[in-house]
Amino acid sequence: MTAQVPLAESLFTWPAERPALIAGRSSDGKLVFPYRTHRLVGGVREELERVELPRRGRLWTFTTQRFRPPAPPYAGDDTPETFQPFAVGYVELEGALRIEARLTEADPEKLFIGQEMELVVEPFGVDADGNQTMLYAFAPVPEGDGDDQR
Amino acid sequence: MTSGDVAIIGVGLHPFGRYPGKSALEMGEDAVIEALGDAGVQWPDVQALYAGSMEVKNPEAIVGLLGLTGIPGRAVFTGCATGATSLAMAANAIRLGEHDVTVAVGLDKHPRGAFSDHPSVSGLPSWFGEAGLFLTTHFFGMKINRYMHDHGISHLTLARAAAKAFRNGAANPNAWRRKVLTPEEILASPVLNYPLRQFMYCGPDEGAAAVVLCRADQAHKYTSTPIHLRASTLFSRREGAFELLSPSLPIESAPSPTVFASRAAFESAGLGPDDVDVVQLQDTDAGSEIIHMAENGFCKDGEQEKLLADGDTEIGGRLPVNTDGGLIANGEPVGASGLRQIYELANQLRGRAGDRQVERARVGYAQLYGAPGTAAVTILST
Repeated sequence: MTAQVPLAESLFTWPAERPALIAGRSSDGKLVFPYRTHRLVGGVREELERVELPRRGRLWTFTTQRFRPPAPPYAGDDTPETFQPFAVGYVELEGALRIEARLTEADPEKLFIGQEMELVVEPFGVDADGNQTMLYAFAPVPEGDGDDQR
Repeated sequence: MTSGDVAIIGVGLHPFGRYPGKSALEMGEDAVIEALGDAGVQWPDVQALYAGSMEVKNPEAIVGLLGLTGIPGRAVFTGCATGATSLAMAANAIRLGEHDVTVAVGLDKHPRGAFSDHPSVSGLPSWFGEAGLFLTTHFFGMKINRYMHDHGISHLTLARAAAKAFRNGAANPNAWRRKVLTPEEILASPVLNYPLRQFMYCGPDEGAAAVVLCRADQAHKYTSTPIHLRASTLFSRREGAFELLSPSLPIESAPSPTVFASRAAFESAGLGPDDVDVVQLQDTDAGSEIIHMAENGFCKDGEQEKLLADGDTEIGGRLPVNTDGGLIANGEPVGASGLRQIYELANQLRGRAGDRQVERARVGYAQLYGAPGTAAVTILST
């Protein structure tokens, strides 16, 4: 059985039942995603604390991708024939960051600014070692679903 | 006029489009020869060259076609703002007193389809490209989608901006796309990046443009209609700006670099938006033109809805925008696109724009914007 591995290291907690994106936080409170080991704070190089971001947020804006992106760099395991259009958006994680991500809902008529979204991790492609790569995305939260997982 | 002032004395264009078998450098050669002829300057009299290109690593190799006179030739690249940078550097060399006559040229020849590259060229991790997120078009769709939500801009207004581009392109013998399309036809084209549709986008293509500059106090030797370079600014993005190719954004937002480039250019020129007679805006897509109208100070956010409905941005309107069809009708050879704007403005200010002439045009304004969050503004006057 092939392993499921994140598309890149330090993107999100994995394996995890409720995965969270990983960011870096500097002493001034600023968050950096994707996580980096360091940044300049007041002109001084500072190591960043590794923190998990909130898993739910509101859709800030979105668009759609109709054609398979140029490959490389695109590395999905689909082909121009099997490619399924997808949506991309920024989800505002309150008190943290707006995160750009693929959305699990591809129909723009079913998306709206302000919509509640939740982080999911889904199979994406296959890496050079034959492992299944996993990628984060945001999925609309069904109406009436509580905030208890926030 | 001071000795530091700079004038444009000649412009040339190799029309944008598709030219199988013709190299970008050969198109650049044609544009420079036309600009030299326009200026009445011989190539051996040119003292420095600034050449911009995205696809050609050494565009200054154009001296091999024009003549090996030993002058300093430099390659210039600031993404979609390259044309403004080559013009600014050619002007600054004159301002510094290094040279009296310089040439800026832009040339490019892009493969068909969306721009593609490795994310590392923009300082981004590989996974961002592998995931299908390394596409500038996502930004254009997402920025105008949010802008429409915040400021009440309709899909019809996007279509009106694109229809104007095609109408102006149809009247421009140099344009690539010369077929008039109605807003209804544009709204019937496929959605590429919601809410942007196929006919709301520019496409990468091929072409070249060139400008000859000289000390303003010597311009009378060459032409009776010199165009004065009144301002040239370039700004990179600030923390919080909503920019191309950003895996994340801070919640506290900041204005686009265009806002800062515009303010600085108006201040430098001692002019304001009301003084401008003819405008060139980066219309990578119809939404960008709408947003850039406000970011450059020509209207308030949301006023575009009425301005476009009233035809104010048409050639006969109060604020003519992209009178040659802009990027939508001409396509974008990245290195040349900014100098295509200058070519059109110079012709408008010299009263040579034919059917597309804006009456009594004295001040022209050009804005560029592109990856990785760079904006440039150039202001010209008679």
